[in-house]
Amino acid sequence: MSEHHIKLPEGSIEKQTTTLNLGPTHPATHGVFQNILELDGERIVSAEQTVGYIHRAFEKIAERRPLYQITPLTDRLNYCSAPINNMGWHITCEKLLNVKTPKRVDYLRIIIMELARISDHLICNSIVGVDTGAFTGFVYVMQYRELIYEIYEEICGSRLTTNIGRIGGFERNFTNAAFQKLEKFLNEYPAVLKEFENLFTRNRIFMERTMGVGPISAERAINFGFTGPNLRAAGVDYDVRVHSPYSSYEDMDFEIPVGSTGDCYDRFLVRNQEMYQSISIIRQAYQKVQEFKGAEAEIFHADVPEYYLPEKKDVYTKMEALIWHFKIVMGEIDMPKGEVYNSVEGANGELGFYLISDGGRAPYRLHFRRPCFIYYQAYEEMSRGSMLSDAIILMSSLNLIAGEMDG
Amino acid sequence: MSLTYDHIKSKLTEKFSDQVTNFEELYGMLSFEAPKEMNLKVMQFLFDEPDLNFRFLTDLTSVHYPDNAGRELAVVYHLHNLVDNVRVRFKVFTDINSPDVFTAANLFSAANWMERETYDFYGINFIGHPNLKRILNVDEMDYFPMRKEFPLEDQTRIDKDDDMFGR
Repeated sequence: MSEHHIKLPEGSIEKQTTTLNLGPTHPATHGVFQNILELDGERIVSAEQTVGYIHRAFEKIAERRPLYQITPLTDRLNYCSAPINNMGWHITCEKLLNVKTPKRVDYLRIIIMELARISDHLICNSIVGVDTGAFTGFVYVMQYRELIYEIYEEICGSRLTTNIGRIGGFERNFTNAAFQKLEKFLNEYPAVLKEFENLFTRNRIFMERTMGVGPISAERAINFGFTGPNLRAAGVDYDVRVHSPYSSYEDMDFEIPVGSTGDCYDRFLVRNQEMYQSISIIRQAYQKVQEFKGAEAEIFHADVPEYYLPEKKDVYTKMEALIWHFKIVMGEIDMPKGEVYNSVEGANGELGFYLISDGGRAPYRLHFRRPCFIYYQAYEEMSRGSMLSDAIILMSSLNLIAGEMDG
Repeated sequence: MSLTYDHIKSKLTEKFSDQVTNFEELYGMLSFEAPKEMNLKVMQFLFDEPDLNFRFLTDLTSVHYPDNAGRELAVVYHLHNLVDNVRVRFKVFTDINSPDVFTAANLFSAANWMERETYDFYGINFIGHPNLKRILNVDEMDYFPMRKEFPLEDQTRIDKDDDMFGR
């Protein structure tokens, strides 16, 4: 044998299967995941998923930060729908601190959360499209995600990692420009979504690529801790917004779309329908916001000076606000002792916050229940026996967000 | 809903008498505690009993209380009955020198990674776990970083000469 011959590792000839490293930074995995796939031809025999490439120790960092400084950490969990994380965190703090928010704040929060849900589902569904070979839908809907980001920008000044709101409400009232953009969105988006749907839902290629791919039964999904659209696609109508309403979701009238087989196609359909429901929720909330008149229409935070970080212009001009600002920023205000678990319906599942306070200024322990992390472990079971190309679609249709997985 | 906390309480006391203790309702959630050898028995009972039906594991994590001699580490399970929409919090405490707790991975597939994460950060040794290795941290790590003996960097330290970066 000449020395130019490639030297194969021992035993590799006898091996019947191929090992393929998909990731950690494979363009088709949309994030930093490593999948070690064992392939027989193109069929997946087994998969081993690895996470942890962007672990940032948020839970540890949170153990010495005052509550309002933890909000920016939550942004970076599911960064496709950061406002939901922010609101979930504020609602958790409010539960611990016993703060009651005014109705107008609740409705404004609902508007923001549902916009975030739409932008998240939009990304997920259009990426499923890209992975099946249809790029058009993705590029087309992107301008409406942009519009949603502009609405965030009007409200809090930032776009992706929003740090939106405060404990007790918002940092400032919504501007007219924000409402105008919201109206523009509500007027234009449904038609766009319809068109987006037309591109995919009855598209033969899309249907054949996604139907029956990566199915999961309702029973297995529950056992695997699935929540959100992935669980609903398997036929379980569990939605935190309905089962344990927060932020006055009980005032809204909406439906929970469910699928039946839990495959990629069902997940796609459930997300699409949820976007329609979100639009309807936003309309209802917006209408309720408009019904407030006079002084009530100016309320954008609860009256809790000891926890609500005051507006900057008040800090400069009012003694009271200056004192509270100082006390909050310097961490002079202790929180009550307690243990609270609170969850909100994140865009990809139940996002929970388990907060233990020992009475200090920072949490004693904070744990994020990150839906992605929990349901990604089902990937092996769901992808076994399918083709390599299906594994990619499965990954994007589960809506895995690397930031949320690594906490 | 039909399932009340009182009913859960009486069911558990009936089955396990005084083994299940410390019933309290914090911020609207029933919380209770059992000896660590009992964790699987209690969860299996909650899972199987037709009118309890806690079939969904919402969350599993650990908490470190360094001052609690002999019960330094707590493993906290959040269980959910999806039919009646009732949540409970279940805790077991363990000594930090022998942090052995039975795994729930055979009961809930979801527990697999959550236990790996808990092991990774707190060093809880889940007996019977199919694949107990680190998940978010590097495999070479030889300590458990979320324990309280590893404080974050002191924000007031002055020994760092870092003119370019603020501190």
